[in-house]
Amino acid sequence: MSFDAGYQSHKFKSVGTRPLRPDGVDKVTGRARYGADFNMPGQLVARVLRSPHAHARIVRIDTAKAEALKGVKAVVTAADLPDLTNGDGALFAILDNCMARTKAMYDGHAVAAVAAIDENVAKAALKLIEVEYELLPHVVDVDAAMQADAPVLNDTIFTTGVDPKPETPSNIANRSEFGHGDVDAGFAAADFIVERSYKTEQTHQGYIEPHACVANCNSDGSADLWVCTQGHFVYRQNCADLLGLEVSKLRVTSSEIGGGFGGKTHVWTEPVALALSRKAGRPVKLVMSREEVFRASGPTSATSIDVKIGARKDGKITGAMATLRYTSGPYPDMWAELGAMTSFACYDLENVKTVGFEVVVNRPKVAAYRAPSAPMAAFAVESAMDELAHKIGVNAVDLRVMNAASEGTKSSYGPVYGPIGIGPTLEAAQSHPHMSAPLGKNQGRGMACGFWFNFGGQTCSDLNVNADGTVGLAVGTVDVGGSRASLSLIAAEELGIDYQDIKAVIADTATLGYNDMTDGSRGTFSSSMATISAARNAIDVMRARAALMWDIPVDDIYWEEGHAKAAGSKYGNLSPLSVKEIAAESGNTGGPIAGHSEMIADGAGVSFGTHICDVEVDPETGSTRIVRYTVIQDAGKAVHPSYVEGQYQGGAAQGIGWALNEEYVYGDDGRLQNPGFLDYRIPVCSDLPMIDTQILEIPNPNHPYGVRGVGETPIVPPLAAIANAVSNAVGVRMSHIPMSPPRILAALNDAAKG
Amino acid sequence: MVEVTLWAGLVPLADDQKTVTVEAETIRELLRKLGERYPALSGPIKDQVAVVIDGVVYRNDWSQRIPEGAEVFLMRRLAGG
Repeated sequence: MSFDAGYQSHKFKSVGTRPLRPDGVDKVTGRARYGADFNMPGQLVARVLRSPHAHARIVRIDTAKAEALKGVKAVVTAADLPDLTNGDGALFAILDNCMARTKAMYDGHAVAAVAAIDENVAKAALKLIEVEYELLPHVVDVDAAMQADAPVLNDTIFTTGVDPKPETPSNIANRSEFGHGDVDAGFAAADFIVERSYKTEQTHQGYIEPHACVANCNSDGSADLWVCTQGHFVYRQNCADLLGLEVSKLRVTSSEIGGGFGGKTHVWTEPVALALSRKAGRPVKLVMSREEVFRASGPTSATSIDVKIGARKDGKITGAMATLRYTSGPYPDMWAELGAMTSFACYDLENVKTVGFEVVVNRPKVAAYRAPSAPMAAFAVESAMDELAHKIGVNAVDLRVMNAASEGTKSSYGPVYGPIGIGPTLEAAQSHPHMSAPLGKNQGRGMACGFWFNFGGQTCSDLNVNADGTVGLAVGTVDVGGSRASLSLIAAEELGIDYQDIKAVIADTATLGYNDMTDGSRGTFSSSMATISAARNAIDVMRARAALMWDIPVDDIYWEEGHAKAAGSKYGNLSPLSVKEIAAESGNTGGPIAGHSEMIADGAGVSFGTHICDVEVDPETGSTRIVRYTVIQDAGKAVHPSYVEGQYQGGAAQGIGWALNEEYVYGDDGRLQNPGFLDYRIPVCSDLPMIDTQILEIPNPNHPYGVRGVGETPIVPPLAAIANAVSNAVGVRMSHIPMSPPRILAALNDAAKG
Repeated sequence: MVEVTLWAGLVPLADDQKTVTVEAETIRELLRKLGERYPALSGPIKDQVAVVIDGVVYRNDWSQRIPEGAEVFLMRRLAGG
């Protein structure tokens, strides 16, 4: 069916208001059901045995004693998850990560799993599983892994993207390159050049809810999975592919989700739970502990980045280059490539070159983390931009304004930009009172820009008009940040009824067509488009029903403010029919009233933001306090402004943790030293000021209401904004994230020594 | 005619051409003809490609029309969080 996704100017009644979210009361009273809150009769408890070694060949696994333990109902190893991936490398990586096949590739890699009648029995059974390992040399550091004498993780990896093709395997899986012009000529034309190397440590998304699921395989080949996920349709496909199930026989229901941020975009333990249930013939619950989440789910990359930027005296950049090295865990992906694409995307550059190296290491499989790979690249580039501004003697914002990309700019990753929003966010920062507020002793101010590609995708929704005129809205994108409220506002806007009369739910995989997951900042962007389409289809049905009720041609009926109205003066005596009145008669005018929509919601458009940050650094302890923080970003149209602000604030809060404290710490033995929130410190409320936000609304031309995705971009600028603020506060350039107290003290001591 | 720029990883699969000229009105027609001309591209086209038209990324909407004179890039499908 045709749907015009082009932007049309609207005078909104519901969109842009701030009603309470429908899931709010359940969440604050503890009634909301998360992954671990679902239970089934006869349910077993699963536990996973994990490798204590960073790199080891699995010589032998003997599960006999565990299987013989009273109360144990099933034990699985890789032998119970045969390779059905048919040459699909990405899927094989997911399979091997769920259960190690020939080698344990990192500390925490699953090697076996048990389902038992209770947790105590399951834990006891794990101790009875005998695993013989042949220890192999390991490497966890990105730069060390690239050295010629580094232990090679996978002898089938030969660097792609280089010519000639290498003849020996290495840990460098891929080299990618982007850019245009001649950077050497650009640097030759520069009056000032800044060149520096940066490092960022591996961080976890830190979602509060661990991975959790209940799996139930039935004897007829059907199966159910109740799971915490960002995309239940994707989890269904992953599990069906890995277990050889028919897609239609696996029904996946998404629970409420206590955070995902990219970490719940593919399966981690779910196929194991299904395999256990299939073997035991009973439902199986599998919940990761926090330690397991840190050791064996998907954090972001650790990086090592070199940046060189040259500019004329007037501030115009003449050349820019970055070399970016990203860890991907044991399995190659595209994390460095994303860093290389995004690093200089904010700027209009004549000569630019970025090179990305994807590096495998003995760490957990990297997963997406909110604008994956962009924050680290932005940290390096925006730090260098600040240093360049100091060197030239221009204001940091002015330097960025002078070089900002705009419509018609050839982006550093290739395409020419259409209308984009970096300029307005910078101009808003220039005039924001925060930029001119006085600073106190030991305080510093920093700012930075950020870029992310948003995207849309396959989307499906159902809108049902009930007999009492209330409306049920079923969508297939998991609600990670208030989208049920936003989508209800959209439906209310289109239909012309009250927000309170809409009830939005996330439908399971058996009751709605396929939906891509909630990633790429697409949840509200895509599902709002599908909701608008479904509502308009329902309105067409209601107009037809009104035509029957009035016995006039449907073409003489139009829809306005929640009512069917007869056009022209000849029907002057007909009072408009409300949704409730039409719905009440539906049983006699053709049956239930519904609107359905299936579509590809594409054309999301790229996204930019600018952040301003003030910090205070204690010179004796190296401890940093965030004094003030402002986020400025274009939302296109903020459907529910509170939840847009929430995304801005959440991104900044996660970025603050990443910048100041969060870090995977490995011992020499390759084991993770801090797999818990006590030693891996995410920010708590007392660490954060109220984060100010400024929503810009520059309509997206590819959405009927002008909506843009907003979820990911807010985490791109914080590392750089905070690093610039800290550097300005202490007078030393900070080039290693996180800027934890020991690292700041070390930098101060080094500077004092000269 | 559409001049389409390939990302570096695709170049070796297209007889080392960085840009390719194709007669196509939609993304679907563009990708079909690219696959016919360079069979080695068929694999990536199946599940790794996004198409950028005048700066806007399309990951799925292969019915999207390509305006005359538009700038067209093939880009890897992106991961998101």
